[in-house]
Formats: sequence, C-alpha cells, structure tokens
Amino acid sequence: MSTQPHIITLTIDGRELSATVDDSILTIARQHKIDIPTLCFLEGLSTWGACRLCLVEIEGTPKLLSACTTKCVENMVVKTDTERLKQHRKMIIELLFAERNHICSVCVSNGACELQSLAQECGVDHVSVPYRYPSLQLDSSHDLFRLDNNRCILCTRCVRVCDEIEGAHTWDVAGRGIDAHVLTDLNTLWGDSESCTSCGKCVQVCPTGALVQKGTAVAEMHKQREFLPYLTKMRRNHP
Amino acid sequence: MTPEELHDVGQKHREQDAKTPHHVRVCMAAGCMSQKSDEIKKTLEKAIKEKGASDPCKVKCVGCMGLCSAGPLVRVDTEGQDSVMYQNVTVDDSSEIVQSISDGKPVERLVCDTNVPFFAKQQKIVLENVGEIDPDSLEDYISVGGYSALGKALAEMSPAEVRSEVEASGLRGRGGAGFPTGLKWGMMARNESETKYIICNADEGDPGAFMDRAVLESDPHRILEGMALAAYATGANHGYVYIRAEYPLAIKRLKNAIRLAARAGLLGHHISGTRFSFQIEIRLGAGAFVCGEETALIASIEGKRGQPKPRPPFPAQSGLWGKPTCINNVETLANIAPIVNKGGAWFASIGTEKSKGTKVFALAGKINNTGLIEVPMGITLREIVFDIGGGIPDGLSFKAVQTGGPSGGCLPDRHLDMAVDYDNLRDAGSIMGSGGMIIMDEESNMVDVARFFMEFCMSESCGKCIPCRVGTYQMHNLLDRIAEGQGTHEDLALLEELCITVACTSLCGLGQTAPNPVLSTLRYFRNEYLDLIGEQHIPAFVGQEASQ
Repeated sequence: MSTQPHIITLTIDGRELSATVDDSILTIARQHKIDIPTLCFLEGLSTWGACRLCLVEIEGTPKLLSACTTKCVENMVVKTDTERLKQHRKMIIELLFAERNHICSVCVSNGACELQSLAQECGVDHVSVPYRYPSLQLDSSHDLFRLDNNRCILCTRCVRVCDEIEGAHTWDVAGRGIDAHVLTDLNTLWGDSESCTSCGKCVQVCPTGALVQKGTAVAEMHKQREFLPYLTKMRRNHP
Repeated sequence: MTPEELHDVGQKHREQDAKTPHHVRVCMAAGCMSQKSDEIKKTLEKAIKEKGASDPCKVKCVGCMGLCSAGPLVRVDTEGQDSVMYQNVTVDDSSEIVQSISDGKPVERLVCDTNVPFFAKQQKIVLENVGEIDPDSLEDYISVGGYSALGKALAEMSPAEVRSEVEASGLRGRGGAGFPTGLKWGMMARNESETKYIICNADEGDPGAFMDRAVLESDPHRILEGMALAAYATGANHGYVYIRAEYPLAIKRLKNAIRLAARAGLLGHHISGTRFSFQIEIRLGAGAFVCGEETALIASIEGKRGQPKPRPPFPAQSGLWGKPTCINNVETLANIAPIVNKGGAWFASIGTEKSKGTKVFALAGKINNTGLIEVPMGITLREIVFDIGGGIPDGLSFKAVQTGGPSGGCLPDRHLDMAVDYDNLRDAGSIMGSGGMIIMDEESNMVDVARFFMEFCMSESCGKCIPCRVGTYQMHNLLDRIAEGQGTHEDLALLEELCITVACTSLCGLGQTAPNPVLSTLRYFRNEYLDLIGEQHIPAFVGQEASQ
C-alpha cells in the first residue's frame, strides 16, 4: 500500500537539503538546525498557521508563506532569515506584547516562557505600538490549574491538545477579532467544566503563563512536554 | 427535462404571454420592496380588476430594474409600443397608471426617461433577465432561454468542452481577486474524487455592495444553472449556496427556485435523462464577513468556527470535508450560461485584453443615480460616475471613488479616465473587488473614510492570526487619533509600518488587504493626514532622541 516517499531537493538559506513532498519547510529546517521562530506550532499537534512568525520567503512567490503549513516542493528556494522577515517578526511580537498584559516580572513562567525567549531571540527591546491594557479575567475555579487571560496569546495549543490528544474538547475560542478568547465548555468556569478530565495537558503545552499549575510562584512554572512526542509516537504505531 | 421539452415549455409560455397585450412589471427586489412595491402591485391588480379593462392586462413581479434611487419602479410594456417606465410610484398612483393603459397615454408626471446614459450605456449579460422575468416562475426563466445552456451542455458537450469554452471566454472570478475561472475549474477537474463540491459564494458583505443580492432576488435560476454547468464541467455532484442570512428575500426566492428546478428534473438525479446528478443545498451565513474567504466559508459550512486556513492546500485539492471543492461567486456563475450558449469567443470579444466581459457595479454614495449597473470592462470611471451615475449631487465636485470595499482603495479625479479592469485598478492602488463603488464628493474626509473601513476590518477580523487581530486594532486606534487631531508624525510613521506588516503577514485576504484603504488614501490624499497632524503635535521626546 505504502509507496516509497518521493524525495526532492530544496534550498533553505543557501543549503541544499532533501525532503519528501509530505514534509513541511519547518520540519526540514528544524532537522537541519535552521532556526525558524514559531509560537502556535507544536510537534504532535495539528498545524494552525496563525502566529505568522514562521513566515518565510520563497523565490517566485510574492506572498510570504508559513513554514509550518507549506510543503516542500522540488527546487524550492527558501529564505528564512532576511531583513524583511526579521522586521515583520519583531512587529508581530510587539503587537502580541501590546495586546494583553504581559508583565514578566510577576509571571510564574518568567524565564521559561516561549514568548519571552522569542522576544529576546528576535531582538525586541521595546514595544513601539501603544499598549492596550485590557481588563481581563482570571479563572482560578479549577482545583489544580489556573487560566490567566492576561497572558494568553491565542495560539490555541490548549484547544488542539484537548481535542486531538485528550479527546475532551473542553477548550475552544469564543468572540472574534480583538475580543477572541479561550473558554471552557459552553463558557462555564473551568472548575465547573463537565468535560475536563483534569489531565493538565493544556497547561503543559501552553507557551506562556496563561495556563499554569496552582501553587507555583514567580518563575517556578516549568512546562513538561515529554508526553506529547511519546503519545504521538505510540499512537502512530498503533492507530 | 430534455432540450425539446424545455423548448416546448418556453414556447407555450411565450404564446400564453402574447395573449396579454399589456404587462405591468413591478420591481419587487429589496430596494423597491422597502418602499412598499409589494403593496403597489396589489393595488395595481385591484385597480385592473375594478376597472375591468377591455384589453387583458397582467401585473408581474420582477427583480431589480437598476435605478434604485428612483424607486419604486414600475414598467408598462404594451405589445408593439415602447415601454414606459414610471419612477417614485406610490400606492395612490395605481389607478392612474391603470387608466393610462386603456387611454394609451402615459402618466407624464411619473415617467422615468429611459433614453439617458444610465440605461443606454449599459451592456447586460449577467443582468439580462433581471427586471424582465418573474424570479418565482420557472416557466418565465425557461421562456427567455433559461436552462437551454445546461440542456445543450448535457446533450452535446463533454465536460472538457464546457471547460474549454469557459477558459476561452477569459472569464475571471467576480468575487474580487479575479482568478481565471477556467483555470480554477481545470484544477478541480484534475483532482479525482467520487465526491466533489461546487459552492456558490453569496456571502456578499462589502459595505455598499448589493450586486449579488439583486441577481439572487431577480434571477435565481441563472445561478442554479451556472452551478449545474460548473458541476458538470468539473465532475462535482453536490452544491451549496452559502448565502448570508441578512438576505431573507434572496433566500426565499432561491429556495423556491431550487424546489421548482428539482421538481422539473433540472436538479437532482439523472438530469435530462443523463448520468449527471447534481443537488443543491442552501447554507446560511451568520453574519461574519470573513466567511466570504474561501477556507473560512468551508469551515462555516462544516459547522466549525468561521476562520480561514493557510493555503495551500487549495480548496480544489482539499476543500469541504477534505474533498475537491470549487467556490465561485454569484456573478461569476451568472456568466456561465451565456458563455456556454454563445461561446467563449463571443464573451472574449467584450472587454479589455486581460479582463473580459462585463462587470456589475453597485453605485452608492454621493452620486445622483444610485443603483445597479452592468458595463463592459474597459469603460472609464468618468463614464460610470458622470454619464451613467449622473454626476455628483448638490453642485459639489467629485473627490474620489472607492472600489473593492474594505479591501480596495480610493482613487482621485486623476484616475477618472482610466479604463476599468482588474489590472488597471490594482496598479492604481485599488482592486476590482466584488463591485461596490462608493462615490465621494469634496466634503468627504479621507482620513474618516480610511478609519471607517479599518473599523470594519477590525470588527470583522476573526482573531486567528496576530497581525490582523491586533494590527487592525492598532491601526484603527492610530487613525482615530489622527482623525481627532491628536495624531503625531510618529503615529503616521507607525501606521505606515503597521500597514506593511499586516498586509504582508496576515493569514487570509481580509488582513492582507485591510490596509489598502489607508495606503491608497495616504498615496493620493496624504495632505489631509498632514493637515490633521500639524506641526505643533511633535512630542518633546522625539526632539530629544533626534538631538542625541
């Protein structure tokens, strides 16, 4: 049934690499230690293509395409680190910081936050767009975990892991545009959720301090993600 | 129905019609209906009955007659005579109109002159039946040649032949982006699958645009025939019309049309006794502008949250429920039957080199004749605004024309002599879009216009990708400050920077084109921004940084 995968050659940042047509640009780049920043992407979950940080330039294509969702094509020439891309990435991260209330000094994820480290990597040293300072809610109703909407970047990793791995689909997104936010069940408190299994997968995949374990102090929240590659591998072997 | 049966039904209906020497057509599309044209129709019928006219006279409900600003419109067609159109008709005028029919003299005070550029300069393909036939009558549609293209395709043409006619016609998608329809169909046809879908995108949502609504309300069978032809040409067997719930009249007429067509065997299993089967269902949009975007539309039909996905994969490869799917706009589909009937070469003879055929525009804003028009591609903006549109009211002068809705731009008077086609509009910083055309006079404030459209994009952003979700908010905020006279040069620079990032990095067309109204007003009306900023607003710290 399965045929030999079709091997093709493409160029990423001047390096000639081989890939199959089912591989995304991001997969191949990561395999070869070419760093493309991502936020919504997480190995083991479906691709979402929403953070727009992994955008790359492809020769002959006027539009920038997301490396996580774009498949490799024969003779494709990809650039991942041009000045133009760097500028856009910086601006996107600045937009994120200005969107909600990201105050690292009082965050339990300080020092172990993907948004924070990405900002450092991309050279964001100030935010040029005006801060919104929205008034957002905390949900501490769950016995073990807490949701802090101030720190959410709407990557939907929690939504996807809950739906695709745990199979509970407790999380989803409500509202649109700037008012979009995650919620549990049909907008009940997390602690009252009937579908939540308290597995904590959502907490572990969350890139920031939006979903955390209760009882952690500033900079104590370190996320454990080993379960995800393990589960994906086991499930792939035993579908 | 076979082609012969269709011919017979049409023939019979025409003969029946010919027995009535006078036809009174009343516009019953949304524009005139909102001014009680349905009651006018009733009183006309009552007046005819009371009078017991010597000549038989029939009142007919028809679709949009175009000149919406002069509505309600009523047209009296008498055999062997010129038609008389009446404008601004009220219920009280009914008996006078009926009297005039037997007198043979029109009611002068109500007559709408149809010998003016508004009517004379138009060329109708999409709208050829609009305002002529009863949208609720299948026989009426058949009597003007309806479903003959489907009959012809099924009897005489292979799917590939239908595709090549459409390709030869040079028809480009009328939804906005202008992708060649023949190419889209070819991509779809190449993807083998037992189930394939045709979707008619009737989620028209640009502010000031009502082309698709008028077509759906006035000639719904045209769309069904276009969809059936598209399905035959691409190997699809199931169709959806995705129509916004805010168009109740269009939905009602479309539902009725689907029912009538299915009953007559023009939709459903083994159409015209062939192996071709095709059914159509309606799906209602719940008011999200972004659902006009192909992938968001698909998600919405699947019952998911209406938000887009990155392309590729394109819907032609993996669309609705993972099956090959072809999505065409209402106006695109309305062009298909004439192309199949008259040939691609005929269609390609109209228009410019790269934009063929005609385009329907909805004229709105500061213009004398607001309404629905269809003009050949390549007509100049000046002809549209000043000849067909009748110029600017109240003696004011023209300032700009906005095309393409929130994804488009504002073009100033120096572009008035530009030939309207996809490429010229794009080069000038706007887009063809779906056909909304808003005219602005000298009193319009262009920063306000940009702010209005940005507010629209901000509130219609789905929130999935960061640049569109936060970028449109920030841009709106900056425009707000500038428009209120509190903006700085720094704000303007940041606004321009944001425009570029949002345009280049957003996930779907909504975000990618959201900065267009700002960019085009900055390009042509930069002074208005600068006037609002003024010199005194340079904050102290900018000066400090500069001196360091």
